Amino acid sequence: MQTSPYIAEQTSVSIIMLKVLAALVPAIAAYVWLFGPAILVTLTLASATALVLEAAAVKLRGLPIKPFLMDGSALVTAWLLALSLPPIAPWWLIVLGTFFAIVVAKHLYGGLGNNLFNPAMVGYAVLIISFPVQMTQWSAPLLLAGAHLDLLQAAQYIFTGSLPNGIGLDAISSATPLDTLRTQLQLEHTVREITQLPIFGSIGGSGSEIVVLLFLLGGIYLWLARIITWHIPVAFMAGLWITGGLFHITDPDRYISPWFHLATGGVMLGAFFIATDPVTGATTPKGKLIFGAGIGVLTYLIRTVGGYPDGVAFAVLLMNIAVPLIDTYTQPAVYGHKKKGASE
Amino acid sequence: MSQYRDIIYNGLWKQNPGVVQLLGLCPLLGISNSVVNAVGLGLATTLVMTFSNGAISAIRNLVSHEIRIPVFILVIAALVTVIDMAMNAFVHPLYLVLGIFVPLIVTNCIVLARTDAYAAKNPLLPSMLDGFAMGIGLTLVITSLGALREVVGKGTLLSGLDLAFGPAAQAFVIHVTPTDYKGFLLAILPPGAFFGLGLLIALRNWWDLRAQRAAAHPVTITAPQSA
Repeated sequence: MQTSPYIAEQTSVSIIMLKVLAALVPAIAAYVWLFGPAILVTLTLASATALVLEAAAVKLRGLPIKPFLMDGSALVTAWLLALSLPPIAPWWLIVLGTFFAIVVAKHLYGGLGNNLFNPAMVGYAVLIISFPVQMTQWSAPLLLAGAHLDLLQAAQYIFTGSLPNGIGLDAISSATPLDTLRTQLQLEHTVREITQLPIFGSIGGSGSEIVVLLFLLGGIYLWLARIITWHIPVAFMAGLWITGGLFHITDPDRYISPWFHLATGGVMLGAFFIATDPVTGATTPKGKLIFGAGIGVLTYLIRTVGGYPDGVAFAVLLMNIAVPLIDTYTQPAVYGHKKKGASE
Repeated sequence: MSQYRDIIYNGLWKQNPGVVQLLGLCPLLGISNSVVNAVGLGLATTLVMTFSNGAISAIRNLVSHEIRIPVFILVIAALVTVIDMAMNAFVHPLYLVLGIFVPLIVTNCIVLARTDAYAAKNPLLPSMLDGFAMGIGLTLVITSLGALREVVGKGTLLSGLDLAFGPAAQAFVIHVTPTDYKGFLLAILPPGAFFGLGLLIALRNWWDLRAQRAAAHPVTITAPQSA
């Protein structure tokens, strides 16, 4: 038990945001190594767009620009959105998604602290609903790709849509493991056959499972740095794993192992970096558990019986709606009172 | 005459059903995905409102207060049935597109609201004008929303005009954007209706705020601040 006086740590929004960005760096490095440098173009474009839009929105609202830009929250939103998008997505897709994230989801709702929905996930949801074709063309892992793009070629493709001579879109893009699983299951193949395909790795997707692992490590760093608590990530993963496990036990040929679900798509990024957003997530300890578990279950259901290959974004948005209700019913007892939530 | 001017001003701007009273949102959001649909439903609603207000104003002294709502609804339903059958006969393709929304004009709360709030207390002519002005006000909003969603979502204006005027009208479809514009599907889908209506309401509030400021400080006009 510590006693006073405490030395107050200099914690501010910008320091927290910087730490969040730092926790993402190893995974981004692995991303570049395994999938090529296109993601760097996407990240840069999303960041620049986010900063410009943030400045414009703040100016229109008649607030000082500098403190809002320096808090870094726009950058975090931009990075999270960019990491959810296909790395070779066209420039207008990235700009449009960032616009919906920063202007519509954040500033139209009253700015940082007042937004009801996670901005990055709103941007992603708008794009996946409106442009499903562009949103499912992912970079192929370099190990499996027929051709590699260097940074300049990737930028050229993103901005103009033209590829170097002799390289087709098929050579650099592929469906994600989750996409592949969905289409192959519809062709009535069993899980055992499907996972023999080269896009699958030892647990999740070939290559992408390493990126996912680094998201996990980055998330653990955030927990150790006391920026997030363990509740939401653990409940999220448990909700997904248990639901997936139950389905898997009943029919292993149709429902892939729950470990695969943990290791693919946006689960690790979502569990540690997106669902833990202090503004749009639940705030009470018990509430965080319900919030996280709800996202896990919904993610599994959307992936398995829903219409989209990955469901993290929709699951997060759906649970965002439920946050006020969850927080109301999970108020912890005030010290010295037996009745829950009684404050007087 | 100033009474009639007030009625028109109320319907079109001050108490606009679409962006101020926020009544009748179901068809407003549901059918505003193209200009042609929007105008079609807007005018049908205007017709119903004009004549239901007139009819109810004419019988207002015969209906006892306690049972007025069912009587009003019956009158409105009869009128809607007439419009419904007329549209089915004369603009059948458009009727098919509007579908359930034409019969649903009966339950559109703006129709009942105007009959109960205005026609039940006022003489025939002002009542009919009130219904007409409110209907046109709603039509303007639903058409703006339809234009917004159609341009953003499909890059056209007036697409589907052939539904009302036959295949020859297809030549009048305006392509606003370059031909390789693939369309922004979200604007056509229901969320686009909510985003669009929110923006229209914000636009109207901003306009009003600016007018108030200009009236308060006639010389200095500053940039509007969000409230």
